[in-house]
Amino acid sequence: MTTLQDPAVDVDAPKTEDRKHRKAYNQHRNGPIFWVGIVLLALVFVVPILWMYLTSVRPVDDARRIPISIIPERFTLRAYELIFADAENPVLQWALNSLLAATAHAFLVIVVAALAAYPLARMEFRGRNLIFSVIIATLLVPSFIFLMPNYLLMSRLGWLDTLLALIVPGAAGAFSVFFLRQFFLAMPKELEESALIDGANTWHILTRIVLPISKPALVTLGTLTFLGNWNDFIWPVFVLFSPERLTLPAGLATLQGSYNIDYPVVMAGATIASIPVMILYIFVQRYVIEGVATSGLKG
Amino acid sequence: MSTTTTPAPATTASLPGAGGARGAGKLRLHHPLTPYVMCAPYLILLCMFVLGPAVYGIWISLHDWDFMLPQKPFVGLQNYVDLTDPSSVIFQDFWHGMRATAIFTVASVPFLVLIPLGIAIMLNRRFKGRSFFRAVIFAPFVLGIAVIGVLFTYLLDAQFGLVNGFLGLFGIPPVGWAQTQPWAWVALVGMTVWWTLGFNTVIYLAGLQEIPQQNYEAASLDGAGGWGKFVHITIPGLRNVLVFTITTTVLASANMFGQSYLVTKGGPGDSTRTAIMVMTEEGLRNFKMGTASAMSYVLAVFLGLVSVIIFLALRERNPK
Repeated sequence: MTTLQDPAVDVDAPKTEDRKHRKAYNQHRNGPIFWVGIVLLALVFVVPILWMYLTSVRPVDDARRIPISIIPERFTLRAYELIFADAENPVLQWALNSLLAATAHAFLVIVVAALAAYPLARMEFRGRNLIFSVIIATLLVPSFIFLMPNYLLMSRLGWLDTLLALIVPGAAGAFSVFFLRQFFLAMPKELEESALIDGANTWHILTRIVLPISKPALVTLGTLTFLGNWNDFIWPVFVLFSPERLTLPAGLATLQGSYNIDYPVVMAGATIASIPVMILYIFVQRYVIEGVATSGLKG
Repeated sequence: MSTTTTPAPATTASLPGAGGARGAGKLRLHHPLTPYVMCAPYLILLCMFVLGPAVYGIWISLHDWDFMLPQKPFVGLQNYVDLTDPSSVIFQDFWHGMRATAIFTVASVPFLVLIPLGIAIMLNRRFKGRSFFRAVIFAPFVLGIAVIGVLFTYLLDAQFGLVNGFLGLFGIPPVGWAQTQPWAWVALVGMTVWWTLGFNTVIYLAGLQEIPQQNYEAASLDGAGGWGKFVHITIPGLRNVLVFTITTTVLASANMFGQSYLVTKGGPGDSTRTAIMVMTEEGLRNFKMGTASAMSYVLAVFLGLVSVIIFLALRERNPK
């Protein structure tokens, strides 16, 4: 597309001048102890998640057997049939709510943050530094400060127990603007200059040139925002009340309450909450990890 | 949006010599209002949901703000005084929660800073499937606390849990992870380390890539061993990254809520009821928003002080 480089840190690729040194440095072989260690480590992270999926397709007494049986006595969809038929815990509705809220939220964040980050990175105007300082300052304020006042605000706006409470308030996060601004700063100025000479206006430059080449940054931000909203727990637990309005995380807490130690049912709920984010993660894993790495280095 | 799409003929006409007066090579070809219009949606949201609430919260904390009552009398600093007055109803709950938060933070931060560092150094070696292992270690963090919480409730079940089942293989008798202390803290710290360790690992990995390999080679020539290189090259090279991970980890641990809420339900007794749990119960369950807001500001001030101390303790001592 262009020669523009993704400024997100690629932790796999050492800087070019380092490459030949690194090759020499890494001449030593990784021994069997290293491989045993790394595989055991990976198992520690994989086994609990697999155990969750496996438990969701077990008969209930098989999940409560002593000693624990690793292989299920038989596979059954009983847990899924049970929760899909449970009118008091409408899991599919929760999934739909989660999907709607997280998608709308991510979309809103990208639009609003890109609009603000572009002038903050590329234009000169009075008050720019003030706005940017305020944004940085809000990064430092812990989020629990906003719980009470935003709850009252939601109640004034009539947004309590609606998805709007999940979509809108968090959209003013400082991270998104900061992140996109860093990306826009790294773009070569010639791109815009030549477009200006060709008669393009700001809106054309943003939508036809800047945003298309910012796709990696937009995907990263969109994914991080979607995941954050999908997984948010404390806020939905308190601003949503009706069983049919809950999101999956808030719903899981009530599911755990109503099914107590029918673990296959609770694990089926957790599976439903985890599958979409796991699939998303598998596809954009590179972006998620780079996004996190970048935010840490620039912080 | 019309202002952003309207070209400004006056400024476009002056293109060849543009920006000369405003400093070298700066083009200024947009309408003077364009940047403000573009920032407006964000700034409106910021004022409504961030800046406004931050101030509104202070206002709430100065009132006896019972959500259910029509009257919200102004009480000045009384809510703050109550938090420091041992005879007030809220004093014990609050400081008990602060203590639980402090215990969790002090117990979890060293593991969350050191274990990821070790794993990052391991993953920084060249080997087949490195990206795969990195993705696997990061995966739990993607799941969110609700899934992790219900999963660990099952894994840590005293009778049917996988953890006790595994320990049983070594002849270790079942542990009541959620029911007894200090095991409840061990369980909460352990699950938090498992859940979030990938985050710091990835940040360390990015930081390790920034350290020039020549430094390691020079150290080798000087006769430094693995430990010498770690202490003299890796640690100084990661100084800024360490400040970041330690600070963010302390702040994240001080925010702990879901783990206690879902796994130990604040117990045994009230021992794992953290400050955020006390605050949300007071404000969002009992609707006493005034005291709850005061709590949030006291906790925020504590965290601000801790951040400053960490920053001062880890700053570069001998600037060159």
